[in-house]
Amino acid sequence: MKKRFSLVVFLVLLLSLTLAGCGSGGDDNRASEQGSEEKVVRLGIIQIREHPALDAARRGFLEAMKAGGYEEGRNLEVDFQNAQGDQSTLQNIARKFAQDKKDLILAIATDSAMAMANETQDIPILITAVTDPVAAKLVKSLDKPGTNVTGTTDMNPIKEQLELLKQLVPAAERVGVIYNSSEVNSQVQVAIAKEEAGALGLTIVEAPVTSTTEVVQATQSLVGRVEAIYVPTDNTVVSAISGVLQVAEEHKIPVLAGESNTVEAGALATIGIDYYKLGQQTGEMALRVLKGEKPQDMPIERQRDLSIVVNAKAAEAFGVTIPEDLKAKADKIIE
Amino acid sequence: MSLSVWLGALEQGLLWGAMVLGVYITFRVLNYPDLTIDGTFTLGAAVAARMILAGYDPGVVLVMALLGGAAAGLVTGLLHTQLKVAPLLSGILTMIGLYSINLRIMGQANLSLLREDTIFTWAKGLTAVEPFGPALLGLLLILLVLVLLYLFLQTELGMALRATGDNEQMVKSLGTNTGTMKLVGLAIGNGLVAFSGALVGQYQGFADVGMGIGMIVAGLASIIIGEALVGTATLMRAMLAAVVGSIIYRAVISLVLQLGLPPTDLKLLTSLIVVVALALPLARERLGLRSQRLRSEQGARVEERYQDF
Repeated sequence: MKKRFSLVVFLVLLLSLTLAGCGSGGDDNRASEQGSEEKVVRLGIIQIREHPALDAARRGFLEAMKAGGYEEGRNLEVDFQNAQGDQSTLQNIARKFAQDKKDLILAIATDSAMAMANETQDIPILITAVTDPVAAKLVKSLDKPGTNVTGTTDMNPIKEQLELLKQLVPAAERVGVIYNSSEVNSQVQVAIAKEEAGALGLTIVEAPVTSTTEVVQATQSLVGRVEAIYVPTDNTVVSAISGVLQVAEEHKIPVLAGESNTVEAGALATIGIDYYKLGQQTGEMALRVLKGEKPQDMPIERQRDLSIVVNAKAAEAFGVTIPEDLKAKADKIIE
Repeated sequence: MSLSVWLGALEQGLLWGAMVLGVYITFRVLNYPDLTIDGTFTLGAAVAARMILAGYDPGVVLVMALLGGAAAGLVTGLLHTQLKVAPLLSGILTMIGLYSINLRIMGQANLSLLREDTIFTWAKGLTAVEPFGPALLGLLLILLVLVLLYLFLQTELGMALRATGDNEQMVKSLGTNTGTMKLVGLAIGNGLVAFSGALVGQYQGFADVGMGIGMIVAGLASIIIGEALVGTATLMRAMLAAVVGSIIYRAVISLVLQLGLPPTDLKLLTSLIVVVALALPLARERLGLRSQRLRSEQGARVEERYQDF
């Protein structure tokens, strides 16, 4: 008992010493804001899985933070946790961040955002790569979240994407959509695609999957039934995109994607979100939160400028000619 | 239904056939409910993807995956024989551990093999009519596995292995170490499963850490479907049943996808197919299509066969 008491005393002493050290030793790196101590911002980043788009968003976010004066190792402490696609691990990460009382949280993709919003109602959560924050019940409305959550949505400009498909594959009438039927994001996108398709003279042929193992077979089931394939921003299908492309190239069925990283992996083209830029935009919102703005009042933002990405090598593989005017308009052509 | 869909189902049925044979060895021959398989399948794909990206020959990679799977099977066996862990739990423990090991091997949750040289790049040149290459390769490999396995099960060691599954007490009383037999069986079974994983990974062009989920169910469903169609009268027939069942299982999935049913219903359909396949022999018997002697024998065998499910 005595021993334990002395240990507590020792710890208290040690703690007060370190605190005093922090207080006095911070002289030479004062923040630019009038004389306030430079406080280290503790940022937690929660991500469901490694995935080119999600990783790009994370890099963009940190880049914007850096541009705003928050640099890792100086006044920013980044705790990045990736759940490797496992839902229960995701819950554990979210719980840990809430218990650690982080100053700020970046939640990448819907699952991570939902897990995180479940664990804390007061730490500001910045979301990115979430398609429909309202449907996921993360915010009350896009214009006025009313919760501790704000950030950016990656709701695809699906109408523009189908228009691009029509432009690249004029003969297309039936478009296959491969998606995971258990991802809310994908269901929303497929519903929109169905709505928009009619006006463009297209019919949507659904090929739903439940896991990466089913993707190849789902793609094979589309052969002979469609003239083009559209892959929405679906975590499962994007993870298995090589499987889709393999089958599609063999049968010369052009694959259009919902985002540029999938085009870099070998899909034909996309118009839409650039996840790096989207992450940057989220980072800029985070800076406003750190300056004292409340997430409750910050509207969810969409990406400001859409970019067209075309993969010339894929065009060759699919036997598609890219119109000259499109080439001129494209933000990026992958050779 | 286009040709390519059926061809795809045939290819996948053949490639997954080694996995089903692995399940056959552990569940049926050895009578050991081994759940390591979900992890071992991914292990095979992970080893294959990582090594191919590192520039190894796709054929060498298959052998390495097989050895890796066998090692995983040994771990399960040692847990059971040395630490007296129950069969079900021993498999579960190895499977969970493999998840982390697979992530370590791959370095990330997902590895793409697009435009890499795989064994199927080579297979495409096998036949004059290009699309049949992968199916032919799958057929050749599964025949090789079938023949080797058949020959092995005829040896003294193979016989002891089968006897261990049939009647462990008797084999023990004859002075054979049944622990060793279980190690051998689990190593072979899991080796085959990983071999299949390495093939499937190369076929679909990527390895994913969640690939193996549900493998046991698929394996058992394939075995039961095959047994209902091909029968189990002889060892060769029982082994063929595993491969035929694998092909039928994939064909049914293709059919469901073609019909445009949501895959959420696919799982229900899978269980229904298995129920129907289970009911077939009994139904035949009830309808009195067979002679009295066969019937009682068949009935006894069916009951004995399915009491562990």
